[in-house]
Amino acid sequence: MQVTVTVNGEEHTSEVEPRLLLVHYLRDHLGLTGTHWGCDTTNCGACTVWLDGVPVKSCTVLTAMASGHEVRTVESLEVDGVLDPVQQGFMQEHGLQCGFCTPGMMMTARRLLDDVPDPSEQQIREGISGNLCRCTGYENIVRAVRWAAEHPATEEAPA
Amino acid sequence: MTVTDTENTGSTEPQLSPAGNPMGFGRMLRKEDVRFLRGHGHYVDDVQLPGMLYSAILRSPYAHARIVSIDTSAAEAHPKVRAVITGATLEGLNLAWMPTLSHDVQAVLATDKVRFQGQEVAFVVADDRYAARDALELIDVEYEPLPPVMDATKALDPDAAVIRTDIEGKSDNHIFDWEAGDAAACDEAFAGAEVVVEQDMLYPRVHPAPIETCGTVASMDPITGKLTVWSTNQAPHAHRTLYAIVAGIPEHKIQIISPDIGGGFGNKVGIYPGYVLAVVGSIVTGKPVKWVEDRSENLMATAFARDYHMKGRIAATKDGKILAVQVDVLADHGAFNGTAQPTKFPAGFFHIFTGSYDLQAAHCKVTGVYTNKAPGGVAYACSFRITEAVYLVERMVDVLAYELGVDAGELRMKNLLRPEQFPYTSKTGWEYDSGDYPRALRKAMEIAGYDELRKEQAEKRERGELMGIGISFFTEGVGAGPRKHMDILGLGMADGSELRVHPTGKAQLRVSCQTQGQGHETTFAQIVAHELGIPPEDVEVIHGDTDNTPFGLGTYGSRSTPVSGAAAAVVSRRVRDKARIVAAAALECSPDDLEWTQGRWSVKGDPEQGRTIQEIAMLSHGSLELPEGVEGHLDASVVYNPPNLTYPFGAYICVVDVDADTGKVHVRRFIAVDDCGNRINPMIVEGQIHGGLAEGVGMALMQAIAFDEDGNCLGGSFLDYLLPTALECPSWETGATVTPSPHHPLGAKGVGESATVGSPPAVVNAVIDALKPYGVRHADMPLTPCQVWLAMQGRPARTDLALT
Repeated sequence: MQVTVTVNGEEHTSEVEPRLLLVHYLRDHLGLTGTHWGCDTTNCGACTVWLDGVPVKSCTVLTAMASGHEVRTVESLEVDGVLDPVQQGFMQEHGLQCGFCTPGMMMTARRLLDDVPDPSEQQIREGISGNLCRCTGYENIVRAVRWAAEHPATEEAPA
Repeated sequence: MTVTDTENTGSTEPQLSPAGNPMGFGRMLRKEDVRFLRGHGHYVDDVQLPGMLYSAILRSPYAHARIVSIDTSAAEAHPKVRAVITGATLEGLNLAWMPTLSHDVQAVLATDKVRFQGQEVAFVVADDRYAARDALELIDVEYEPLPPVMDATKALDPDAAVIRTDIEGKSDNHIFDWEAGDAAACDEAFAGAEVVVEQDMLYPRVHPAPIETCGTVASMDPITGKLTVWSTNQAPHAHRTLYAIVAGIPEHKIQIISPDIGGGFGNKVGIYPGYVLAVVGSIVTGKPVKWVEDRSENLMATAFARDYHMKGRIAATKDGKILAVQVDVLADHGAFNGTAQPTKFPAGFFHIFTGSYDLQAAHCKVTGVYTNKAPGGVAYACSFRITEAVYLVERMVDVLAYELGVDAGELRMKNLLRPEQFPYTSKTGWEYDSGDYPRALRKAMEIAGYDELRKEQAEKRERGELMGIGISFFTEGVGAGPRKHMDILGLGMADGSELRVHPTGKAQLRVSCQTQGQGHETTFAQIVAHELGIPPEDVEVIHGDTDNTPFGLGTYGSRSTPVSGAAAAVVSRRVRDKARIVAAAALECSPDDLEWTQGRWSVKGDPEQGRTIQEIAMLSHGSLELPEGVEGHLDASVVYNPPNLTYPFGAYICVVDVDADTGKVHVRRFIAVDDCGNRINPMIVEGQIHGGLAEGVGMALMQAIAFDEDGNCLGGSFLDYLLPTALECPSWETGATVTPSPHHPLGAKGVGESATVGSPPAVVNAVIDALKPYGVRHADMPLTPCQVWLAMQGRPARTDLALT
């Protein structure tokens, strides 16, 4: 079937199988490998992207469901060479280790901050509780999101 | 979160580099983050090669069954299928079985029978992922079910089905007996002891479950005969040698690339059938073949951890002096003995179970058995089973405290090794390098406000509220290891390193270990900066590619900093020595007249006369006439053979609240004081500790791979195998003491697994402490609400079996 999906502002029209998962479309068809696949059951959140501004687990979204809609992935966070405050926060606070959960985690965090610009620690923990991380024990992720909340419009990208 | 005092982190404030990084040790933001944050990490499943095919594995639905027949004709007829491979195909290539890391064999694809649910039965190569999966449905396998052996405690029963009928003459499920310590001395200590307490405990089967599952891309070039393998692995050089042995491909024609790895935790040490099958698939089709397992495959078929049934005994005086510890272990190794550990130690380093205490005697006996479960056993940040050892001794100490009616903190303080006893040779033969244990425990108790917590607990108990405080004190043994004593499949556990300083003074460091998130690209650059005065941003760390790095055994058992980190320091010092000769030639003086200040050789007493390492780099590549025997260029290589393990340690305190109505445990606080010697990058060290603490909460409260009596795996997805989220984890409170290792060139000890090893007993001790009003002395992990509730009823469950 033919789908037309807007990904990071760019429209893509492709011929796909109706069963094709969005995560595989992004990765294998569009080469956007920043979105990772981790569990198949919507538990781990490594595949989190935005669908019309709402974080979804792209391992349980069919590409067909995204047709006519807007998808946003981790590759869109950096704009004109400036990292999003969430990306900067993750670097400053050592919010990542192996980096595999990080794109999904950051997409969730970005949405959380858009909705709740000054979240408490508990709000952050609840906000990211659909994303699993095996490396960090979450502590520095919480701090990274707080960093981003405190530096909403940082102009300079870290080295 | 309060990051408390991290005094004495082992280094003075370093100078800053032009980019603002420390010229050596200190907090430095990670170099690798630059790509990860942009979604530009390059993991195995991101590898795309021209003409690449995809594959999938058909797995057994049964835990134990004879294969009657396999019909692949319908799958082969699928228009997108390029190859279907079965055990019979592999038998023709003499590849149906492969050696394990423990001198056993493991089926690549089952031939005679299947031995665990999820075992590999057939392999399909197709044009895309979906077609490969479709074709699995078209393979018709007829099984004749056999009685499975699912309860390790019954594996040696005379009527238990024999699992390993492939081993000639095998008539039972026994693998090995192994012991350590002095049985007679231990018996004597117990016979004369005023107090003897016994406790059975299970460290259940758990799975490391990195978020990235295991996978590989194999590409055999039919013209050159060169095999290139991208794979999720923690030990690329060991893998290369094993591929050469297993597949008979000449080792110089094999290149193993470990790109970015999405977490390992021990899950990515060994070679899985899928890796070998992708190689076979590439040879058969002449195309690159990708294989990436799904989550269920990862949980059901790749290396699990623990599964130790322990019968512990502890002997003490009435006033709480611990005399001896003895333990009998029944070790469930699954269907193939595939534990990954140094050859001489079939129970890994479990015999460090005397822990942090000064004992008169100790003895352990370990019996390994086969069951109809996936192979593995040594994985999951366990430091070769020190996790089980620490759990055993730290639970036994709490059980003793319970029986004596004394405070668990006081009991530990009374029995900890004292600083003047180091180096200390334990009753089971380990030589602990350095430590100040009471200082670490005192510090943890101070941070926790231990006395106030006990007061609060007493008040709460009055009101019927359940609050628990749990302590654990651990001694790790990492950095395997001295090659005289430690090898894996005959490969000694020494690590190479190479350092090249280019003419303009920028450097490349090549190491054999393989990061899975530990930040080697940053930390190892800092080591070179510390030793040579080259800014860390000018040092590129090259790893994870066997064609471009020296041989070494890889990253597991917290061995990167203790072994490869030491190699990086020593190779930097060799370059520094060479630079001295070059500087002396340039300054027309004797090398003995020069002294080293950070990054520069200068004339003693005349510091103006000198050359920086960058100047020396250019000189050593230039036309300067060098003394006889000095070849020029500025590089060196080394193989570091560690003289001993390093022994990190720490004191952990966990505070929990338990809901008496539901059995739900809330981890309110967790205090961790770690001593891992000198800290190269304290930020990264803290991160490693945080991660391990979360693992401890997960294992203590949530994670277990149990099986029902029919052999069904009950933890085969993230819906069933629960991992901690941000909500189950408290804000970690960390502290540090620093006792440098006397034999490591940097005084570092390694830290990657400390928290995973040390934290589970702290959580369990806290929960059991909370349940004291119910007379609970022990209950096995995971302490789920159900298990806590059952324990409160006086009937805790076997957590390795289905609840009935």
